[in-house]
Amino acid sequence: MAFEQIIFYFFSAMVLLAGVMVITARNPVYAALFLVMAFFSSSALWLLLEAEFLAITLVLVYVGAVMVLFLFVVMMLDINLVALREGFMRYLPVGALVAISVIAMMTMVVGPEFADFPIPERKGPEYNNTAELGRILYTEYVYPFELAAVILVVAIVAAIALTLRRRPMVRKQNPDQQVSVRKEERVRIVKMDVEKR
Amino acid sequence: MIALSDYLTVSAILFGISMAGIFINRKNMIILLMSIELMLLAVNINFVAFSHYLGDSAGQVFVFFILTVAAAEAAIGLAILVVLFRNRRTINVQDMDSLKG
Repeated sequence: MAFEQIIFYFFSAMVLLAGVMVITARNPVYAALFLVMAFFSSSALWLLLEAEFLAITLVLVYVGAVMVLFLFVVMMLDINLVALREGFMRYLPVGALVAISVIAMMTMVVGPEFADFPIPERKGPEYNNTAELGRILYTEYVYPFELAAVILVVAIVAAIALTLRRRPMVRKQNPDQQVSVRKEERVRIVKMDVEKR
Repeated sequence: MIALSDYLTVSAILFGISMAGIFINRKNMIILLMSIELMLLAVNINFVAFSHYLGDSAGQVFVFFILTVAAAEAAIGLAILVVLFRNRRTINVQDMDSLKG
C-alpha cells in the first residue's frame, strides 16, 4: 500500500469517526470539539487533493472562527442536557435506516462510475494553488466575489442587530451631560436668618 | 493510487452520517446546526475532489463561496439561537410551538 493511500484512509477514517461522534456525543461541547477534528482531517484530505489554499482556509476560518463561535454559544447558554437527549434512542433506528439507505444509494451512484476515472499527474513545485485561485477569483469570478463580501456584511449587521439588547433599567454615566452641566442647575443658594438661642 | 470514487464515497458517507444526525438529534438545535455544517463539508469534499480530477479550478472557487455563505449562516443561526434562548430559556425545537393552533 502506497504512502498516499495510507494517509488517505487514515484521514478518511478520522473524518467519519469524528462525524459519528458529533451526532452521538452526549455533551454539545464534545460535539463541537469533534467537529473541529472533522474539519482538521478533511483539510488534510484537501491537501492531498492539491487544494492547499482551501485547506488552510478551512482551518483558519472554520476552526479559528466558526467553531470558536459555536463553542462560545454552547458554553454561554445554560442548557438542560437531559431534556434535549430524550427521544435519542427512539429516533436512532429511523435515523440509521435513512442514513444507510442514503449512503447505499449514493455509493451505488458514485462508486462504479468514477472508479476508473483518469488520475491526474501531480503538479510540480512551481505550481502555486493560491496564485491560481486568486487569478480566476479576481478575473472570472470577481462579481460573485463582491457579492460574497456583501453577504458577509449583511451577516455582521444581522447578527449584531439580533443580539443587541437595550436595558432601560441600567444606571450608567452620561459624560456628555456631566461635562455640560452648569452651576445654576446644581447649586441653589438659600438665604435664611440665624437662629436665636 | 486513490480513485475519484474513494473521495466521493467518503463524502457520501459523511453526508449520510450528518443526515442521521438531523434525525436523531431533532431536539437539540445546536447539534442540528453542526449537522448542517457537516453536510456542507461533505459537499465541499465533492467539489474539491472533482476540481482536482478534472483539472479545473472553478470547483475550488465554489468551495470558497460555500465557505463564505456557511460562515454567514452559522453567525446568523447562532445569533437567532442566542435571542431565542434569552426569550424562551430553551433551545429545544419541540418547545417552539407558539404558533401552533
